[in-house]
Amino acid sequence: MIGPFIGVLYDGFAYGMLLFLLSVGLSVTLGMMNFVNLAHCAFGMLGGFVTVTLINDLQWPFLATLPVAFLAAAVASVVLERVLYRRFYGKSDLDQCLLTIGIVFMSIASAAYLFGTIQQPVQLPSWLRGSVTIFDRGFGVYRFFLICVALVLTAALIGMLEFTRFGAQVRAAVDNLRMARGLGIDVDRVFMLTFALGSGLAGLGGALAIDITGLDPSFALAYLIYVLIVVAVGGLSSIGGSFVAAVLLGISDTAGKYYFPAISSFLIYLVMVGLLMWRPAGLFGRR
Amino acid sequence: MGLSATAMTPLDHIARRSAWRPLEIVFWLLTLLPFYLTPDYLQLASQIAITALFAISLDLILGYGGLVSLGHAAFFGLGAYAAGLFSKHVWGEPLSGLLLAAVITGLFGYFLSFIIASFRGLALIMITMGVGQLMLEAANSAGKITGGADGLQGVKTWPLFNAIRFDLYGNTAYGYSLAALFVCFLVARRITNSPFGLSLQGIRENSTRMLAIGAPNNAHVRQIFTIAAVMAGIAGALLTQTTETVSLETLSFQRSADLLVVLILGGVGRLYGGIIGAIIYMVARDHFSGVNPQYWYFWIGMLLIAVVVFLPNGLLGGAARLAPKSWRRES
Repeated sequence: MIGPFIGVLYDGFAYGMLLFLLSVGLSVTLGMMNFVNLAHCAFGMLGGFVTVTLINDLQWPFLATLPVAFLAAAVASVVLERVLYRRFYGKSDLDQCLLTIGIVFMSIASAAYLFGTIQQPVQLPSWLRGSVTIFDRGFGVYRFFLICVALVLTAALIGMLEFTRFGAQVRAAVDNLRMARGLGIDVDRVFMLTFALGSGLAGLGGALAIDITGLDPSFALAYLIYVLIVVAVGGLSSIGGSFVAAVLLGISDTAGKYYFPAISSFLIYLVMVGLLMWRPAGLFGRR
Repeated sequence: MGLSATAMTPLDHIARRSAWRPLEIVFWLLTLLPFYLTPDYLQLASQIAITALFAISLDLILGYGGLVSLGHAAFFGLGAYAAGLFSKHVWGEPLSGLLLAAVITGLFGYFLSFIIASFRGLALIMITMGVGQLMLEAANSAGKITGGADGLQGVKTWPLFNAIRFDLYGNTAYGYSLAALFVCFLVARRITNSPFGLSLQGIRENSTRMLAIGAPNNAHVRQIFTIAAVMAGIAGALLTQTTETVSLETLSFQRSADLLVVLILGGVGRLYGGIIGAIIYMVARDHFSGVNPQYWYFWIGMLLIAVVVFLPNGLLGGAARLAPKSWRRES
């Protein structure tokens, strides 16, 4: 009884870490610029495909592909931000939704054209495969690796936001955009960097997700809903909130799939709608 | 807009808005042309009429009420399944099936509207999307009733008025769908050109000020949401009855997103926008998706971006800027 429960908790936590990486960037940028970027997961998908290509076609080691996935997603997001997104700050929710859904559609079709619609195979290095047995329970090594990476990144993110000059500028811009501008902070630049960082993390999340969720062109849409749940439940621009929401979602989704396989997705949406009705600004939201 | 300039009373304003323009009458006469010009494409024409009705329903809440919904397919699918199950288990008489679907989606919409009315912005988008996914998952899980991923089989539609059969070419299907579209359009037109419709636009433009002048915003939002749900349900039921099958796709997120594309393409907040958008979208999809449905979404995505960037008011909005001033609609 307790054995499977711990397994579910472990897998769910690892899954939650993945969701956190995928969604934390959206949470911050949404809070800062009020820009509804539904294409956030497309950057995650880009990271995933970069990793797959590097491993399968160029025989790079898995670990070396991760920074490239991060960079590729970050660069792509800055280009898009400069060319398109910038015109839509302060426009209506609807315009932003439509623009970014358009980008999602294009990214899905492009990925299908370049890579086909099949699940992408990826071979992990042997030291990340298999599982370790503790008290008769198998714990996947890769999930442990994933949790470590995510925890280190979370600590680095919080440290950066709390203790650096750039972090202070980000917090100022989130709290009061106009005031931050008035104080001479180059908000556009701060936002661009934050946006690149967030998209880069999504790209990294996409690369790390391949072994757990699989990767095909529908990734950009399928995980968008999970990411939006994390953001909506965790509250805008709250890293701690996103973290808790991602862990909750990861564990409850895994538990739902384990204990009630037939209605698990139903339960997830039910929980989300219920939570939003209870706290429209999210569990930890301030507005 | 012209209130202060010409010192019109609000009733004059409404009367002027609601007068039928010659162009509108021509447009509705043109909808009869497919019977003679393209008899091979009547099934497609019927699908267009259904999509147009669905788009009008979204236009009522989005274009007039200002509520963004990413889960409008929930009502479409509910209507489709209601009509399908009714036809399978009770009888296949189409008009009563349509009525039943309308009542059921109306009740569901009314229930949901109490939740919807108190949210705005991201929370609203997420809740509508969540409800849409809930309905999809519910239909998927209840495979014994709905047929799950295989779709609902065994739907039979009886002849209309017990006399006119639904033929293979879609003569009846198009006539039936077009009639339903026209009736619903008349209702929507009447609503948008009424004091109630004006107060909805007031909510869209500035809800705080509407509250300040004593308008019951939430009640208005609930009413229009319920009406829109009924229309979406009718559109879904029409699809079931004319194709004699229901699939999970009627509830999918894709359908909600496609609908937004249709409406945005045509132009939001002008009723005809949904119809024009449906015609262009469905004809283009019929032509291009045969090549490869995967890549179809590339062009849809590009179109969406282009419309949002270059034609913020859709094709009709763009056309209205070119048209002579006397044709322009005040809104």
